Amino acid sequence: MLRTIGRRLLLLIPTLFGLTVLLFFWVRALPGGPAAALLGERATPEAIERINEAYGFNRPLPEQYITWLGRLLQGDFGNSIETRRPVLEEFANRFPATVELAVMALILAVGIGIPLGYWAARNHGRLLDHLSVTGSLIGITIPVFFLAFMLKWVFAVQLGWLPSTGRQSRGVDATHATNFYVLDGILTGELDAALNAIVHLLLPAIALATIPLAIIVRITRASVLEVVNADYVRTGRAKGVSKQVIRNRFVLRNAMLPVVTTIGLQAGLLISGAVLTETVFAFPGIGAFLADAIFARDFPVLQGFVLFIAVSYALINLLVDISYSFIDPRVRIQ
Amino acid sequence: MIPSPKRRLLAGLAGGAALTLVLTGCIQSERDSGTDGGDTAAPSDVDSTFVFAASSDPSGLDPAFASDGETFRVSRQIFEGLVGVEPGTADPAPLLAESWEPSEDGTSYTFTLKSDVMFHDGTPFDAEAVCANFDRWYNWTGLTATESLSYYYGSLYGGFAGDDDALYESCTADDETTATINLTRPFSGFIASLSLPAFAMQSPTAMEEYGADEVGGSEEAPEYSEYGEAHPTGTGPFVFESWSPGEEVVLAANPDYWGEQGQVQEIVFRIIDDPTARRQALESGDVDGYDLVAPADTAALEEAGFNVMQRDPFTILYLGFNQTVPELQDIRVRQAIAHAIDREALVTQVLPEGTEVASQFIPDVVNGYNDGVTDYEYDPERAQELLAEAGFEDGLTLQFNYPVNISRPYMPNPEDIFTTLSSQLQEVGITVEPVSDEWTDYLDRMRGTDDHGIHLLGWTGDYNDTDNFVGVFFNGYSNEWGFENEELFSALSEARQLPDPEEAGAAYEEINEQIAQFVPGVPLAHPAPSLAFDPRVTSYPASPVNDEVFNMIELSE
Repeated sequence: MLRTIGRRLLLLIPTLFGLTVLLFFWVRALPGGPAAALLGERATPEAIERINEAYGFNRPLPEQYITWLGRLLQGDFGNSIETRRPVLEEFANRFPATVELAVMALILAVGIGIPLGYWAARNHGRLLDHLSVTGSLIGITIPVFFLAFMLKWVFAVQLGWLPSTGRQSRGVDATHATNFYVLDGILTGELDAALNAIVHLLLPAIALATIPLAIIVRITRASVLEVVNADYVRTGRAKGVSKQVIRNRFVLRNAMLPVVTTIGLQAGLLISGAVLTETVFAFPGIGAFLADAIFARDFPVLQGFVLFIAVSYALINLLVDISYSFIDPRVRIQ
Repeated sequence: MIPSPKRRLLAGLAGGAALTLVLTGCIQSERDSGTDGGDTAAPSDVDSTFVFAASSDPSGLDPAFASDGETFRVSRQIFEGLVGVEPGTADPAPLLAESWEPSEDGTSYTFTLKSDVMFHDGTPFDAEAVCANFDRWYNWTGLTATESLSYYYGSLYGGFAGDDDALYESCTADDETTATINLTRPFSGFIASLSLPAFAMQSPTAMEEYGADEVGGSEEAPEYSEYGEAHPTGTGPFVFESWSPGEEVVLAANPDYWGEQGQVQEIVFRIIDDPTARRQALESGDVDGYDLVAPADTAALEEAGFNVMQRDPFTILYLGFNQTVPELQDIRVRQAIAHAIDREALVTQVLPEGTEVASQFIPDVVNGYNDGVTDYEYDPERAQELLAEAGFEDGLTLQFNYPVNISRPYMPNPEDIFTTLSSQLQEVGITVEPVSDEWTDYLDRMRGTDDHGIHLLGWTGDYNDTDNFVGVFFNGYSNEWGFENEELFSALSEARQLPDPEEAGAAYEEINEQIAQFVPGVPLAHPAPSLAFDPRVTSYPASPVNDEVFNMIELSE
């Protein structure tokens, strides 16, 4: 087991190295550089030239790449051109917000998706099943930003039940130790602060959760349908195994394998999906920041953030693979 | 009995619903209690916290290193300059300097300073402090002397210590309240330019203590100094409290402010970069106001009871001609396009309320505006005649460049503007070949290459000086316009050196006529930016040059 993990982590190194090359040249292939973005209407060729000179953007690309990589290996990701802060610091400040949002969305997607999918499968062919299939189809096709604006319009603007922006209300007395606001509230015993942070998470999390939720419903449903008709389930029933054992150990456990794979893939996608949701809800995570960085051609931020996201994506996938071996002993033997 | 999955799910749903109710209850009660400023200066029934939705973080808290609107919006609350702005206009007015006297030859200015003014850290504001600020700007080197940081000083004052073109020579503190600034040559925009937030007075003690100019960092990108990140210290009505990047900037009322303190005891700039999200934040009561309301939103917001205000325009939107395109070198073609455009229709159809039709490249409040300038009225027949004279009776095809997915104060909706103009041009037989780009690519194409034809662009003025508009566009050959016109270039550089505002005004009136004759492009309109506020905001000091200090805001509840 440890060897597998070790091997996977080692494999990550060439992957990340390849990614640094791709990233570096990709961001520089974007038309219009950071100087033009920074200066706007004031961008004269001379001013752009002076800025490129000062920032070293006019040096040969391979030279720039080697300088960047050299610093990277020493843990220096450079500074954002827009905000002038170290990229690592910007990421560390914002990543907890995104993780909180992604976890909340995942809880919603899994917590609702699996029971709903199971339920639909058990009621195969009946109205409930049709409803859940149609519902999940809508969930997959509805554009996230449209849903996000609609949710806000209904629950924040019209009804005023939920906040429309931000992570926590002003005036809430909250200590921020880890920057995970919900966790901070629980750790410090400021439960009202934690609750307030959860309330702020609801709408963006619902918007972010719809697509994974819909996919999980469909996969769970299909997978359960396949398993309930398997020979071993029939044999179990014939042997008089209790309904509960059949459901939990025969059906669910076997049906969960493809679902876990899907959850793993979706968890990675949640982080990139956060770009839109965070922008709409002015939620100060990495997504909204990354969107700005693209418009500002903020090279150091683009390079650094995408690398960090790639690492977290790889780690999530590793976790999913490890969890396989708990669900399916056959994986362990291989 | 083992609960069936169905029953469990129902129980779960019920639990979820209950939780939602509890949670929403929390947020409701918290809203009701509101956030009272804590200070007793305002009547107790007024919420003295003013929350404004900013479209981005400030680029820093030191305005000397900034050139963008969101940074200046924050710094205007904290800092004041020697020269301010007459409320509601673009005209310079006394602020920290009570008066000033230029020398005969216009190369030195003596400022009489307001006495008994303190910076937020207790440092007295005096002539020494004035000189410390001027000397600081002049002595910047390396990264601090590039456009990415000190855009305004570098471009207005001709450079830094050691540059041949440097405008600044020296500053002397004659006594506590008298400071003299010596220049190497006259500069007609000097006083007006000092109203820019970039030239606000900052506490020499605080700048020294927190290393204001230590913005080193790695070479690729400068880093904030401690001063610029957390210790901005000015003389203004608000004191810096905190900044959570991506979330908010908080300022508190300055209890020792020398002027009128006003009702607002706390300002929160909430960072919401999506325009629709800003509107929804206002509608849901999360913020009290926001800037640059989309033209399509103003009517709906007004109908819903929100206060929508227009600033007097201090902008220019133009259709520029690239004269490296052979067809555009013919002045008859340029005149024909000018006659083909119905600016009135453009303004009423697609530009925001309050927009004025443009006859020249500056708005009418600017010194140098020419009332009698040659105007090319809408006359499609004359346009066709001119085209025929130029040899294009069978039609003419031109590349038309415009940016997409961008909203600027002078150009809220480039796509709509493009559509309207191209159909007007079509009517006189000009076929346009549309070429659109994302904003930064667009700027790159306009300023860095000559690969463009007729194009949309514009400008938002910084301060009241024709040179700040026309001088930006036509002070020499540029890729955007692609023409050489020595007569115009030298007229502009001469006018820049006239010390007397009246003399300069007369010179600029002539220049505006000269430009109208040459038709380098068509000045289209002066769009007026709109702001929207919660009904409780009964008065807001809207200013054409965005000189809006929140101690002048009036709140009713």
